[in-house]
Amino acid sequence: MRETFITTTTAILDEDPRTALVLADISADSFTDAQRRHPERVLNVGIREQLMAGVGGGLALTGMRPYLHSYATFLIDRAYEQIKLDFAHQDVGAVLVSIGASYDAAAEGYTHQSPGDVALLDTLDGWTVHVPGHRDEVAAILREAARHDDRVYVRLSTQENSRPHHGAGLHVLRSGGPLVVAVGPMLDPVLEATRDLDVTVAYTNTPRPLDTAGLRDLVTTPEIVVVEPYLAGTSARLVSEALSGLPHRSLHLGVGRTEVRRYGSRDDHARAHGLDPAGLRRSIEAFLGSWTQRG
Amino acid sequence: MKLLSRVTADVKHSPSAHSTLDVLWVLYDRVLRITPETIDDPGRDRFFLSKGHGPAAYYAVLAAKGFFPEEWLDDMGGWDSPLGHHPDRVLIPGVEIGTGSLGHGLGIAVGAALGLRAQGHLDTRTFVLLGDAELDEGSNHEAIAYAAAVGLPITAIVIDNHSSTHGWPGGIPARFPGWGVSVVNGRDRDEIERSLRSVENRPRLVVAAL
Repeated sequence: MRETFITTTTAILDEDPRTALVLADISADSFTDAQRRHPERVLNVGIREQLMAGVGGGLALTGMRPYLHSYATFLIDRAYEQIKLDFAHQDVGAVLVSIGASYDAAAEGYTHQSPGDVALLDTLDGWTVHVPGHRDEVAAILREAARHDDRVYVRLSTQENSRPHHGAGLHVLRSGGPLVVAVGPMLDPVLEATRDLDVTVAYTNTPRPLDTAGLRDLVTTPEIVVVEPYLAGTSARLVSEALSGLPHRSLHLGVGRTEVRRYGSRDDHARAHGLDPAGLRRSIEAFLGSWTQRG
Repeated sequence: MKLLSRVTADVKHSPSAHSTLDVLWVLYDRVLRITPETIDDPGRDRFFLSKGHGPAAYYAVLAAKGFFPEEWLDDMGGWDSPLGHHPDRVLIPGVEIGTGSLGHGLGIAVGAALGLRAQGHLDTRTFVLLGDAELDEGSNHEAIAYAAAVGLPITAIVIDNHSSTHGWPGGIPARFPGWGVSVVNGRDRDEIERSLRSVENRPRLVVAAL
């Protein structure tokens, strides 16, 4: 996904003189050609994430369309107040593109992990959040973001599904009983975990704004399960609002709040948070209880 | 200034409201290429009030220059008033940024100057006004170092009324390596004007000492 981000953003910079890219050293080597061609629009501010956000706000105030990029924890967590005040409060937007996700950088430790990025943006108004589940979903998302001035966050990960699903709405991949919603790279693990369960599986790579009308249409039993690749329960409030008035029980699976003080691999951390197929299977089965298994 | 006391009539006269008055007047009266008619002109000069607290003098100057009606000054902070105790660019004609949380304006000014340059507005000047206590915020130092490194011709004005809790040993200019520096009497309008008119191929700092 990071490679797709680099090639697509490089092309966007070539095609659209309104766009700019602001970096804080991360991935700067990959944009040296773009920087040579567009020295005034490819800006590496050094290891200064607060400034990266402020510069993004300033560029947008002059009518440009800034793309900002770093690890999620540096881009979002570190510069949270700049994101709050230098964009929405100024009535301007930007495209924030992160890598690292919740624990892609497992061996780097908690300093390089951001399970809380989407929850942080949920405290603010008007951010569209894309969590692509496949590299082939990334280009269209980045290109679409160049066509307007809204606030967009694109959360890239090294974890991917086996195939892409294009478009922002809910995609139904399997029809059956209780609804299981998988966000971004959680789709493949969810499909594997529910292989022989009588459930409906829906996928989205755009959890904000959440397609609440679509969600409500897909709910045919009182049970709903949401599986997100970031902090567990991040979407609980929106799902609850979407289903208000309908009797329902919900299970929200995602990354736990407790820091896992181990290194290892991304898959090790998925397992520790119960987000591997086996862990998801245990949680979903326990929640659904008596739902019959498919033959 | 009559308009200033009109703003502060029912608020305690705070030093921060008055410390900026002469600099702001010189900016809007003698230096900035901006009028109420050109507030949306892409090539207008930009002035960013980073030190958004104590905006009474800012409001008084903007009203005096016709950016909004003087009557607005009578109800600062009121429910029906566009004028808050910290300015909001969405509500007030001519205000370029909403500030109040310290340490945001310089970074935004750097971004705006870069955006103006990228779009060919090479004669447009970018000014930002900070307080000496505001410099305590580390975010400023990210912007100070970067602006110097890339030779960005912005002008930062720091009002030095010694309000920083731990002070700035060695003086404020020592915190701006690589910048062109003027230290002026913050009440001497002619001296302020001369320093603000000066342009270099690098960022400039004007310390308005009080």
